[in-house]
Amino acid sequence: MTVLAAHASWIDASRREPEGPLAPLQLVAPDGSLTEHGRAYGVDATLASSLYRDMVLGRRLDSEGLALQRQGELSLWLMSWGQEAAQVGSIRALRPSDMVFPSYREHVAAMCRGITPGEIASQWRGVSHSGWRPDDRRFHIYSLVLGTQTLHAAGYATGVAMSDSDEIVAVYFGDGAASQGDVNEALNWSAAKSLPLLFFCQNNQWAISTPTSQQMGAALHQRAAGFGMTSFHVDGNDVLAVHAVTQAAADHIRSGGGPAFIEAQTYRRAGHSSSDDPGRYRTNDEVASWELRDPVTRMEALLRGLGISDGFFGEVQEQADQLATEMRAACRSLPRPDLADLFDNVYAEAHPTVTAERRQFLAHRASLEGV
Amino acid sequence: MLRMTLGAALNTGLRTAMEKDDRVIVMGQDVGALGGVFRVTDGLQKTFGADRVFDTPLAESGIVGTAIGLALRGFRPVCEIQFDGFVYPAFDQIVSQLAKMRARSGGAISLPIVIRIPVGGGIGAVEHHSESNEAYFAHTAGLRVVSCSSSDDAFHMIQQAIESDDPVIFYEPKRRYWEKSDLHQEASLGLHQARVVREGSDCTVVAHGPTVATALAAADAAQEDGFSVGVVDLRSVAPLDLETLREQASTSGRVVVVHEASTFGGIGAEIAASITEACFYRLEAPVLRVGAYNLPYPPAKVEDHFLPDVDRVLDAIDRTLAY
Repeated sequence: MTVLAAHASWIDASRREPEGPLAPLQLVAPDGSLTEHGRAYGVDATLASSLYRDMVLGRRLDSEGLALQRQGELSLWLMSWGQEAAQVGSIRALRPSDMVFPSYREHVAAMCRGITPGEIASQWRGVSHSGWRPDDRRFHIYSLVLGTQTLHAAGYATGVAMSDSDEIVAVYFGDGAASQGDVNEALNWSAAKSLPLLFFCQNNQWAISTPTSQQMGAALHQRAAGFGMTSFHVDGNDVLAVHAVTQAAADHIRSGGGPAFIEAQTYRRAGHSSSDDPGRYRTNDEVASWELRDPVTRMEALLRGLGISDGFFGEVQEQADQLATEMRAACRSLPRPDLADLFDNVYAEAHPTVTAERRQFLAHRASLEGV
Repeated sequence: MLRMTLGAALNTGLRTAMEKDDRVIVMGQDVGALGGVFRVTDGLQKTFGADRVFDTPLAESGIVGTAIGLALRGFRPVCEIQFDGFVYPAFDQIVSQLAKMRARSGGAISLPIVIRIPVGGGIGAVEHHSESNEAYFAHTAGLRVVSCSSSDDAFHMIQQAIESDDPVIFYEPKRRYWEKSDLHQEASLGLHQARVVREGSDCTVVAHGPTVATALAAADAAQEDGFSVGVVDLRSVAPLDLETLREQASTSGRVVVVHEASTFGGIGAEIAASITEACFYRLEAPVLRVGAYNLPYPPAKVEDHFLPDVDRVLDAIDRTLAY
């Protein structure tokens, strides 16, 4: 009779347990003091002020968007409240020539790329399916089917890799989208082809009402290792840490190191959208605990500690209010599209069905005039 | 004039398109060193290099999704989906992304992408390797859907599809890959024109892709019985060449549509409705459809009973003549 050993050490040699998660890098503590890493890294006050300004402007843009929705000017708004550091810190660490593929909550990142508040509002007012041309500001239109844009970014990066350019490509997605097949295909694809692509995951803890604990069995930055990709874990509410980590990841990619993955821990302080009711699935205590880690108040405390004057904060607030006024005006003056024009944009080349139906539509509309 | 197999004509067409325009790239599973499971891309990687002809990971959504990104970067990708039944993982990327991005961007974005799909049954394959799914894509605004049936069309249509600034789903009749026919230097028709393959005054059979040969065989058999049956090769499933269809239907007054896809909700239903609307008073009989039964594709040993064959087409011709 053959006896099988219960615990053979040679079996253990073939076995690997998943590694544990890393602690997220933090340079500025929630109270605005520098951490040990923060002290070692140092603070560029000009950069810090500038990042702060973008966060405040972005927050104001978001709150105005929600107000416009509540007043019936927008049909839907997807709030970015709480995620300002993740978006500003990352996009500001890229070069303006680096192509960016957003998901649909990246209003603050869009603003940093010069997308105007009116352009951002356009989609949510129901006058278009996207508000801007993607090529001139190197910021693609939003993708509403979660994770699909990661593959577009991988394809774009494939094209970049075929050229002499030192551009990189960045793609935004969230913890929920990370469960999609497309995201995992894109991760695998870019690792296999060593593409110049940065995966920036804003883990805002919630996919509508589903928490990350029910979404995945391993932290997202750990998953990257399985694909053969460098990853970073950062406090996504610390704009200086996000900026530093994104710069490091971008340098890694630009120097030919292949794709990189950043998991930024942040929090969606509002509901998923203006239609959501987060009180049904999460506690006030949880919300309050993240309020203490808010990215904007944290930076304000740091800057005040650095001796930045009240005048600066007043000026930023004034700019934010101007932006909100501009957004409101731009939103309300967005032209209502004519359905007849939409027939022209389905195909690049003439299409008999479209031509015939456009004619039918115009004839029908004309027949109703004066009725 | 050359004579070659349909598969070789596609290969020659791809080669010609790649020579003409260095933005044209070929991508898909096993399209490189292997030349594709049907050898349609045979030798292309050797000629044009691994940058322009490359193997992708085994992920259909990834193939189409990355092709979109490449097109955004200025390339003109030609993707191969290995078999018809494997296109579904890419369904979202085709229907929600590829088809709609031009409209979503207000015309700012063009995605000149060709998705080649070997289609249909008749090769004794295992499941998911014999499907006819053109109706799904024909139903989607933003896509063009074409289907070749001969070497000449294969050669010219693949080049026309690549030159199109719109996304094109390009169906290749896999059981006809090895059939030889003549290839002419110049294209005789545009990508979306139907071809009147055979004139007929008693009845018109409309077919596309693999069923064009079936329709012609049925027309031959009908002629022996003294009936003049015409055959129209659709070539383009979306948009349809309604002008040619109307002309032929008005001439013969009787139309039978044949395709390998199931009849319910199929392209035949669209053709029947369009012809009825346009030629109601010229018709002698209702437009009849011959297609697969509304079953999942059956095991290969019984596919001959499932697919429309000459007898079923003749039966439909008989029924339409009886009105």
